[in-house]
Amino acid sequence: MMELKTEPVLINMGPQHPSTHGVFRMRVTFDGEVIVDMEPVVGYLHRGIEKLAEERTYTQVIPLTDRLDYVASMTNNHAYVLAVEKLAGITVPERAEYLRVIMDEMMRISSHLMAVGFLLNDMGAFFTPLMYMFREREKLLDLFEMVCGQRLTYNYMRIGGLSHDIPPEFLPALERFVQEMPHFIDEYDQLLAENEILLARTKGVGVLSRELAINASASGPVLRASGVSWDIRKADPYSVYDRFKFQVPIGTAGDIYDRYWVRIQEMRHSVRILEQAIKGLPSGEVMAKVPPLLRPPQGEAYAHIESPRGELGFYVVSDNSIAPYRLHIRAPTFINLTTLRDLVIGWKLADAVAVFGSIDIVLGEVDR
Amino acid sequence: MTTALSGQEVSRQIGERFPDAVLQSDEAAVVLRGESLLEVAQFLKTTPGLEFDYLASISGVDYLDYLEVVYHLTSMKNNHSLVLKVRCWDRDKPSLPSVVSLWRGADFQEREVYDLVGIAFSGHPNLKRILLWEGFEGHPLRRDYL
Repeated sequence: MMELKTEPVLINMGPQHPSTHGVFRMRVTFDGEVIVDMEPVVGYLHRGIEKLAEERTYTQVIPLTDRLDYVASMTNNHAYVLAVEKLAGITVPERAEYLRVIMDEMMRISSHLMAVGFLLNDMGAFFTPLMYMFREREKLLDLFEMVCGQRLTYNYMRIGGLSHDIPPEFLPALERFVQEMPHFIDEYDQLLAENEILLARTKGVGVLSRELAINASASGPVLRASGVSWDIRKADPYSVYDRFKFQVPIGTAGDIYDRYWVRIQEMRHSVRILEQAIKGLPSGEVMAKVPPLLRPPQGEAYAHIESPRGELGFYVVSDNSIAPYRLHIRAPTFINLTTLRDLVIGWKLADAVAVFGSIDIVLGEVDR
Repeated sequence: MTTALSGQEVSRQIGERFPDAVLQSDEAAVVLRGESLLEVAQFLKTTPGLEFDYLASISGVDYLDYLEVVYHLTSMKNNHSLVLKVRCWDRDKPSLPSVVSLWRGADFQEREVYDLVGIAFSGHPNLKRILLWEGFEGHPLRRDYL
C-alpha cells in the first residue's frame, strides 16, 4: 500500500472571527483535522489603560476600569476602589458595602448568562439559548440603568462609597428578579444539562488538571471546575461577604462541561447572596468623607476580588501625588489564556472553539 | 481571611538557607537580590509551612533609580500571601531570572513586563512582546517614556 504523507497546515483564526468573541487570534497548526500546536496572539485591543491611569487623578481612573471587562464593569470598579481605599485607609459606610455586594452579584449573574449563552452559541446552538439568557440579562441591565443611568459602563462606585444612593423603585424590582431567577435557572438546566449533543461536545473535552490549573495561576470558574475550592469571596473575604451564607460550587473533571456547570450553579448562589443582602441592607450614608482631590500616602496596595471571571487584582503605587504612580491590573482572563494551548492540542477545530468559549475571555480585559 | 505573612519573618527563614539572598525586608515585603530569585522562589514554593503554590500577579514598576518586579504569591494550602520584590539597576539591559519553570502562570505575565517595562527574563521559553507588536520601539510603562 502506498504510504500517505501529511503536512502540517497553519491556519490563522482571527483577529476577525465570530468565535473569538472580539479581536483575538489563534495561530493553529493542524495535522489533518487534529490540532498539533496553537499560539494565542493578543493585543489588538490594547489601549494602554495602565499608562493612561498615570495621567489621571484617582477618581478619573474609575471610568477607565469600566473599559476593562466590559461585560462586568461593576466588579472592575469595585476592585479598583478597593485598592485605593486600602492604600488611603478609607472606611466605606456599611450601606455602600451592601450595595456593592448587590451590584457585584447582579453583575456575576449577568456575566455568567452571557458566558453560558455564547458558549452554547459556539457549539452550534445558534442564538436560541443565548436569547433565553439575554431575556434575564435585560432585566439586570434595566436595574443597572435605574441606579446609574448606564447599561454597560457604569462608573457607579467611588473611592469611599458610591456615586449616589439607589432610587426607591430599585429594591422592589430587584426582589421580583430574585424571586423569578431560580425558576429560570431551572429552565436552563432542563433545556441543556442533559442534552445529548451538549454532553457529547463537552464531557471530557479540554480537560485542565487540578495541578496545572494552580500552577498556571488560573482563577475563577476555570480554576474551580478543575476541583480547586478557591473563591476569594470565601478565602479572603472583602466588603461584607463574610456575613452571607453561600457555597462555592466546584467541578471534578475540569472539562468544558464542568466549567459550564460551575457557572450555572454560581448563579444560584449569587441569587442567595442577593436575597440576604436585600434583607440585611442597612440605611445610612453611601459615601465616606473623602477629599475631592485625593492624595494617598506614599506606598502601595494590592487588592483582589472574585470577579465573574476570576481573581481581578489592582496593584496601586502612590507617590503622594494626585495621580497613581503606577497601576497594574491583574486581569483574570489574560492569565487564564496561559493554558489554552495545553487544552486544545489533540482536539479538532470545532472543539478548540468550544474550549475557548468555556474559558470565557473578554478582550477588553485581556489587552487592557 | 488570607494572612499576609510578615516580610521580616519570611526573610529570616530565607536567610537561614541563603544568607546573601535578601537585600532588605519589612513587614510588607521581602526584597531579593536578582541573582538569587530562582532558588529562593523554589524554596518558597516547596518548604513546608510556606508552600506558595499560586503566583497571583507579577507587576513591573519603574522607580527611575531602578526597575522593580513585584510578585504577589499565595499559598492555597495554608491561605497566606507574601509580596516578593526584585530590583534591577541597569536601565539599558535589565535582566532577571524567569520563574516560569516553577509557576507556569508567570508565562504571559513576564512577557507583559518585558513588553511594557522592558525587563528581559532569562530562561523564559518564549520571551517576546505580547500586547504590543514586534518591532515596537521602547517600553511604554517606563516613567521616562513619553
